[in-house]
Amino acid sequence: MAWDTVMGLEVHAQLSTRSKLFSASATEFGAAANTHTSYIDAGFPGTLPVLNQDVVRMAIQFGLAINAEINDNSYFERKNYFYPDLPKGYQISQFERPIVGKGELVLDMGEGRRKTVSILRAHLEEDAGKSLHDQRLGLTGIDLNRAGTPLLEIVTAPCFDSSEEVLQYLKDLRQLLRFLGICDGNMQEGSFRCDVNISLKPAGSSTLGTRTELKNLNSFRFIEKAIAYEQARHQDILEQNRQVIQETRLFCTVTESTQSMRSKENENDYRYFPDPDLLPIAISSQDLQSIKASMPPLPADIKEQLRLDERLQEEDLQFLLGSPAIYQFFLKVQEHSEADKKTIINWMKGQYMATLNDNGLDFESAPLPADLLGALLTCVHQKSVSNASARQIFTRLWAGERNLEDLVKQSNAGQIQDTEQLMTLIDSLIDQYPQQAAEYRQGKEKLLAFFVGQVMKASKGKGSPEVISALLKRVFQQQI
Amino acid sequence: MLPTLRELIAALQEKRLSSVELTQHYLKRIQHNSGLNAFISLDEEHALKQAKHADERLQQGKAGQLTGIPIAHKDLFCTTRMPTTCGSHMLANFNSPYQATVVERLAQQGAITLGKTNMDEFAMGSSNENSYFGAVKNPWDTSRVPGGSSGGSAAAVAAGLTAFATGSDTGGSVRQPAAFCGISGIKPTYGLLSRFGMVAYASSLDQAGPMARSADDLAIILQAMAGFDPRDSTSIDQKIPDYSASLDQSLKGLRIGLPSCFFHEDVDPAIQSAIRTAVDCLLQAGAILVEMDLPLQPLWVPCYYVIACAEASSNLSRYDGLRFGYRSQKNDSIKTLITASRSEAFGAEVKRRILTGTHVLSSGYYDAYYLQALKIRRLIQEELLSNLNKVDVILGPTTPTTAFRLGEPVSNPVQAYLADVFTVAANLAGLPALSIPAGFSAGLPIGLQLMSKPFSEARLLNVAHQYQRMTDWHKSRPGEV
Repeated sequence: MAWDTVMGLEVHAQLSTRSKLFSASATEFGAAANTHTSYIDAGFPGTLPVLNQDVVRMAIQFGLAINAEINDNSYFERKNYFYPDLPKGYQISQFERPIVGKGELVLDMGEGRRKTVSILRAHLEEDAGKSLHDQRLGLTGIDLNRAGTPLLEIVTAPCFDSSEEVLQYLKDLRQLLRFLGICDGNMQEGSFRCDVNISLKPAGSSTLGTRTELKNLNSFRFIEKAIAYEQARHQDILEQNRQVIQETRLFCTVTESTQSMRSKENENDYRYFPDPDLLPIAISSQDLQSIKASMPPLPADIKEQLRLDERLQEEDLQFLLGSPAIYQFFLKVQEHSEADKKTIINWMKGQYMATLNDNGLDFESAPLPADLLGALLTCVHQKSVSNASARQIFTRLWAGERNLEDLVKQSNAGQIQDTEQLMTLIDSLIDQYPQQAAEYRQGKEKLLAFFVGQVMKASKGKGSPEVISALLKRVFQQQI
Repeated sequence: MLPTLRELIAALQEKRLSSVELTQHYLKRIQHNSGLNAFISLDEEHALKQAKHADERLQQGKAGQLTGIPIAHKDLFCTTRMPTTCGSHMLANFNSPYQATVVERLAQQGAITLGKTNMDEFAMGSSNENSYFGAVKNPWDTSRVPGGSSGGSAAAVAAGLTAFATGSDTGGSVRQPAAFCGISGIKPTYGLLSRFGMVAYASSLDQAGPMARSADDLAIILQAMAGFDPRDSTSIDQKIPDYSASLDQSLKGLRIGLPSCFFHEDVDPAIQSAIRTAVDCLLQAGAILVEMDLPLQPLWVPCYYVIACAEASSNLSRYDGLRFGYRSQKNDSIKTLITASRSEAFGAEVKRRILTGTHVLSSGYYDAYYLQALKIRRLIQEELLSNLNKVDVILGPTTPTTAFRLGEPVSNPVQAYLADVFTVAANLAGLPALSIPAGFSAGLPIGLQLMSKPFSEARLLNVAHQYQRMTDWHKSRPGEV
């Protein structure tokens, strides 16, 4: 029998504020337990929540980006239940009237295919703390650093029918949030979490089947696996003429299967009611106008703009939109260079990216400033240096030299050792000292200096030690 | 006769009296009247140290409005010295790491804290018998209750154990004990005083308020306590008027609203006649009487209990024995630990209200109870505000009876809820209201309540002060026990 899968998603995006939703504690990840915990976060008697106004702006930015209705008078409610890492015995959330209403996100499915995802709502809520079961034998610890961290919960309609669509939505949503600057999208640290609601129905039927909710999905790969597992499980049950039980299931990353966590009957009665400690969030049309005016360009608009340049290919666009930092870096290079977009992208994707990778860095912490790269690429563009020379100059700039004019002069006077020549020397020296090379690879990093010395000797002191050591590292890395 | 706060301030500033003498005087009286059980904690040594320091500042002419005045705080205001128990076993060991805003404000004006006063557990009650630390006795008759929940504060002020005290009022908890103990107390407009550091009972109704010997004293204290606090989102940012400046304003043309429902048959006849005498007194001073009806009055108490219990059931969820407060020894599972901690440390009335509140918020009952109560609350508010457009103040008795006997309310909790029958409206509507002494019935004080529009505390204090200039009820004091 043929079955249609129907899925809906709930994404919890942690908003990138410096302080929490209702207190001044830092939201920074990874601090020692309970060091980012105020008395408000810990729910001490007499403490009161005060709304962080930044989150309101962020939520509205998201709402505007998905063309959603913005509620001019949304409010917070209390979701009541007992849990050790829920300090107040209730979570402050939005229920009846969320800040962001219905909107949509158009997905680019490749090859000109598009899919419109219907987003039902996005609401603000505080995160809970964490229970730690592995710190001390027989005891459970509670870390409240995460308690009160602001979350935007984004809920879609049951509108996905394949994991391909689900993953594309998650990637596009994550990209949108990152380009809006309101969520860092880090799945490992839990800044971008996703629950999948899934059900199967006979192909073509208009009635939805019974759904299960999948939790604990902290990577795209696991989401795909969990969906595949759950699809097969539902299908098995349905084909044996049994009933799917409506329940919440946890994905186990070890067995790559899902397990029942709680059934609907065992769910809490959350007793939502408006939080009397907080005023409604009133949004005036002026507020809305000023937020609209301060919206950064959205990924879809950036893509459309870039597509006007026919030399750019789909991979170029993918690369530039890979992170806001890459795109910002690109813009800055462009601002400081006469070189065309394609040249800039090629350099960023090629030489620059390779060097960043060699050093375990990314564009967020790029040491070689964009304006300097821009100036170098202007030289390439004006043909005052060859591409090959530019690569050598790049290596010198990376090593910390900053006088581009001098480097160009030296290069044109033939004073800069040709990289190809150095590479040949390096290759032959590694062959000549297999023992040392093996030890270096095993972690004896001191031996790098030995190789630098050998290369310098062989090149008669023409190559700079910085250049040589960078080249050496690259060669060794490539060989592993 | 006991001196008023204004007289004490003058005596300190003119050095006719030292703060150390005054503090010693009150500490001695507290000791002597320990049978009233008005205090949960005392901070004698530190109070005397503060008094010495206050005398130095008075000498140097650097004194604040309240420098050297010994006071007491209801034990739900967080203080960094002494525990903040809320009258509960649950918080008997709770030492707050921060101070309530109203505590800070009074300290900034130089007030000295003698101790923390007894109260009904988590401010739930109207007799002060729901305290883990035992009942408080009424200084006028020690076989009777002082009222609640600010019973300790009321008894302490009435017996002259402190210059004044703070209280909190969710459904009448400042005004009702003020009436029972023959003192003056005001519940300001919701949002005038910060709720930060005041342990919550029902957040949308809770408001702190001063309790003292006269309206004149209340004006001084309210001045020090009021003001915007960024730590409380419901605190209102607006200019605070000079409450003392308008006290002497004439009552000529003052429109007094007298609702018929305040004089029904269940109200003690002696109280009815005392209130009518008070009205006559105000009319002689030039006020105009306006008879009125408040048809929604029968819904005040039911509406109040639904909303207060709903909010309380959620506010008190944080007491799970994990981070602060009482923790049970039964800890074989997290569920057992939380259940046992709450079962062992909450008293019967607190449990009753948590259960009631949980019920009215439960799915299937929410619409019939909580939502309905919210709608009725809005109607009550509208009825009161529309009437307050026609009159300046609404006048009536604070309570339908005088102080009841110890042990009486415990046997019938619903009957006890009726002690709030006239007071809860001000909380539901967020209006300011005060209670002042207006006579006696069989030796027990009678309270008169005045209610007015939001932020008209100055007018209320003015009317009360003018009444107290014409009467001596507020000057009466209980005999020594």
